[in-house]
Amino acid sequence: MLVQATETAETVLTSGWFLDHAYIIPLIPAVAFFLIIFFGKRMPMKGSEFGIASMVGALVFSGGAAYQWIQRVNGVSEEAFVEPVIKSWTWWQNGGFSFGIGQHIDGLSLTILVVVAFISTLVQIYSTEYLHGDRRYTHFFASLTLFSAGMLNMVVAENMIQLILGWEIMGLCSFMLIGHWWEDGANSRAALKAFFTTRTGDIGLLVGTSVLFFAANDWTQKNLGVSGFSIRGLSAWALSGTAGQAAITVGAVALFIACIGKSGQFPLHTWLPDAMAGPTPVSSLLHSSTMVVAGVFLVARVYPVFFEGMNILGTNVNFIVVIGGVTIVIAAALAFVQTDIKKVLAYSTVSQLGYMMMGLGAGAWLPAVFHIFTHAFFKACLFLAAGSISHSASHHSFDMKKDMGGLRKFMPITFTTWIISTLALCGVFPFSGFFSKDEIIDNVGYSGYSLFMVIGLVGAFLTAAYMTRATYLTFFGSPRGAAAGEHHDEGHGHDAHDSHDAHDAHGHDAHDAHDSHGHDDHASHGPRESGPLITIPLIILATLAIGSGLLNAVPFGENWENLKKWVEPRAEVVNVTGVKEPSGSHGESRFVLTAPSGVVAAEEGGHHKSDCGKKAPESGVCYAPQLNHAPFKWSKAALSLGIVFAGMIISWLLCVQLYTRKNKALVGLTQRNKVLGAGYAFLANKYYLDHLYEKVIVRSIAYPISRGAYWINQNVLDGIVNGAGIGSRKIAGWVYRNVDQRVVDGAVNGAGNAAQGAGGALQPVQSGKVNQYGALLFGAAAIGALVLVIINT
Amino acid sequence: MIAADLLVAQNIGFYLIAAIMVFGAFSVVTTRNVVHAALWLVVVLAGAAAQYILLAAEFVAVTQVLVYIGAVMVLFLFGTMLTRARIGTDSELNNKNWFMGIPVAVLLLATLIIALNDGFGDEQLPTDAPVVTTQQVSDQIFGPYLLPFWALSFVLLAATIGAIVLARRD
Amino acid sequence: MLVNQFLMLGAILFCIGVYGVIARKNAVLVLMSIELILNSVNINLLAFSLRNGSTDGHTFALYIIAVAAAEVGVGLAMVLLMYRNRRSVGLDELSEMKG
Repeated sequence: MLVQATETAETVLTSGWFLDHAYIIPLIPAVAFFLIIFFGKRMPMKGSEFGIASMVGALVFSGGAAYQWIQRVNGVSEEAFVEPVIKSWTWWQNGGFSFGIGQHIDGLSLTILVVVAFISTLVQIYSTEYLHGDRRYTHFFASLTLFSAGMLNMVVAENMIQLILGWEIMGLCSFMLIGHWWEDGANSRAALKAFFTTRTGDIGLLVGTSVLFFAANDWTQKNLGVSGFSIRGLSAWALSGTAGQAAITVGAVALFIACIGKSGQFPLHTWLPDAMAGPTPVSSLLHSSTMVVAGVFLVARVYPVFFEGMNILGTNVNFIVVIGGVTIVIAAALAFVQTDIKKVLAYSTVSQLGYMMMGLGAGAWLPAVFHIFTHAFFKACLFLAAGSISHSASHHSFDMKKDMGGLRKFMPITFTTWIISTLALCGVFPFSGFFSKDEIIDNVGYSGYSLFMVIGLVGAFLTAAYMTRATYLTFFGSPRGAAAGEHHDEGHGHDAHDSHDAHDAHGHDAHDAHDSHGHDDHASHGPRESGPLITIPLIILATLAIGSGLLNAVPFGENWENLKKWVEPRAEVVNVTGVKEPSGSHGESRFVLTAPSGVVAAEEGGHHKSDCGKKAPESGVCYAPQLNHAPFKWSKAALSLGIVFAGMIISWLLCVQLYTRKNKALVGLTQRNKVLGAGYAFLANKYYLDHLYEKVIVRSIAYPISRGAYWINQNVLDGIVNGAGIGSRKIAGWVYRNVDQRVVDGAVNGAGNAAQGAGGALQPVQSGKVNQYGALLFGAAAIGALVLVIINT
Repeated sequence: MIAADLLVAQNIGFYLIAAIMVFGAFSVVTTRNVVHAALWLVVVLAGAAAQYILLAAEFVAVTQVLVYIGAVMVLFLFGTMLTRARIGTDSELNNKNWFMGIPVAVLLLATLIIALNDGFGDEQLPTDAPVVTTQQVSDQIFGPYLLPFWALSFVLLAATIGAIVLARRD
Repeated sequence: MLVNQFLMLGAILFCIGVYGVIARKNAVLVLMSIELILNSVNINLLAFSLRNGSTDGHTFALYIIAVAAAEVGVGLAMVLLMYRNRRSVGLDELSEMKG
């Protein structure tokens, strides 16, 4: 190794087989995917055994790696930077550029690896029962396994290109799984909407990666010997002080747009609730606990880029914290008007992702990552509980008002796990959500973002309230509809009191499709508890919803802050002396450990703070900015707990009045009171964002183009043809007819007509004549080139 | 250093061949006989091969002769025969709107001439550049540009299958 | 020799090709015009290759020749199919793409 570093006896890093070979983890499900595709249908369990076995394998490997990482961290002093385990091979190269593939294993990637492998295992076990007898059972498991491979690959990614690979595989699998029951048009539409909305954001990922590559490549090649795609290189470059502010800001904003799309942040969150059209295990795995945190993960992964690009901690407001804060409140408000239990959970997911983003935007890196960790368990549990209800009690319905109620007596296990997860989600002590969510709110306030701390507390109140409402409607009160044993198609006798029905157009999207796929064997049964393949994953997840918070229980003192010790990269200056040759240039060794193993021992003990992120390191590089950690105070925790309990109690009282006692003063209030009614309609129409996207933006872009094309076709192309053919005398008449009559008069008269005819407007230019297309193509290219030439000369 | 008279000879060769090529290209797009067009295209392609030699690219020139004049032209002639185009003069080879091509082509040419004069002016080609050997080209193809080579292999496979599927009688 | 000699030759051949693509009705002749365009690009690539003293242009010229061969193969297969269905190779009769 050409890298030399100052090593002292205490900073020798341990490693281990699992840690060195963590790149195998995504390969296991990738291999299993092909096994399922090729041999799945012939296997006794129709391919699900491959999926489950691969996920168990990935879990074992991730656990082993995590254990060895903890050994590695424990082996060095508290203040020393712990070098990630990085490996890189040449994936492909083309004309001088080589693109690497490998692994970048540190605390963050191991946290997500364990979560993804663990929840994938449980969800696959659950799915064997939930989708039993489905006609595309094998394909379902193939997609689920491929998704896990993509997500694990994204998490271990050594560079941005590898990360994009995993990111896009996830997007594809999301599309396939949402549209799993594609025979129903609503499901295909939801799948397309999810795909296109996230693709809109993904443009930002490509743009951001390119911008950062071209800005950073020279620096990283010179100082670290890695390419500008490398995550490690980008982190060090961003904190080196040599990065141009314009490039890093543009890069960070572009990357964040991708995160907005993928993680369902405002204003691109609209796809996530629609994605609930997919099977419930998919919602549980992809659209609550793992795939949608990919955006949060990306921000956390190249955090220095965002830290410098968005000026986090430098000002009182920045792009990330605003988007996160807005998302928390608007999504929580939408959860109140949903009658579909899965949509409540979907908006809750959006809102919780907003917490994570807000935390990252306010410098609360560790609490945000911790919230990914805890949220994954309790939200997956909530979704699986909702699936359990629809599977066994409500005859595949997800409608809380029509087909649920009073289920606590029939489904004790589902009820208990739901309650535990709900308390964790609301952030009640000592459930896991308390430790992570309260930490975010606390740190956001501590770092000077007071307004966003208030938003976080408002969000906590709303979360407690809508979850109480959902719990009440589902498990308390009297059974209704299918939960009361009625057959699904026999009408809904109990919903006469329901003033919200008029807005419930989407309520049946998900389960109607489910019905049509031939497992009607539950039709004659009343509600009952689900089988062990469903309840055991629920119990495991609920246990973790209680216990996972203890991994970083700040209230109990520093000894409990394990995640801080294991996961948070330490903001220390690392010496890098000597730069090695670009790897693989002579072909003798493609396998190069690119990590400099140097670690500088801290000079002082106690609450040492480095200058990383504040000013450029004089020698060496920083890999992480120095962040604040709010000291825990019981008074602040008591405030937020009080808010949560207030939300629960108020919501409970309202629910009892509204849904059970049918208090005349409250029922139908939104119909009688105009202000409330307008507010309700505003929420029920999801802030009219879908209208904005589909009716306003798409039309305002597409229609003028089609109108312009129509005009050119009618007046210019045909005009030239006719004019030259008939002769110059006619040109005068043509000018009269077209310019005078059509253009001048048309501008006056035709504004309305043009809008009317716009639907068919693009049609005539599509003449079907190849030569005309060629003429347009080359003509446009020539004019464009001419403009460029004129500008440049 | 190459002698000045050799440079003069190269220039004469270039202009002679270029004139033939331009004339041939004009004939390809204006002749009223499909077979004549194909034969004029042979002239242009052979001229291009000669220009490649002047540009010190022997291997590409040989490939041009083998692939284009040898294989592609035969394909064109077969295509002409199989579609039973009239071997003689055919007045219906052009579109009704054929004159639309003139302004587009002229505009494009004007743009290119302006851009080229502005960008390269009187810049001379190096006279002492070594001839690129076949070995160097193959090192490029199977080294840094291996990935496009794979992609190209795939394109050729797809084209073969596609051509068979399209032209098959069933 | 000037760089511009070759570039101008390429430009002229390119524009003649463009004219042919637009003006010709017979599909075989359109394909021939496309060959002109591809060859003009090859001349440019090799001229730049000589100017810059690199071999990249040669590599890509070869790739273009291979792509052109594939394109002619598929193109003529399509022309054949078109003739079989319509007894004509006039592009103006192909109006399935009309919107």
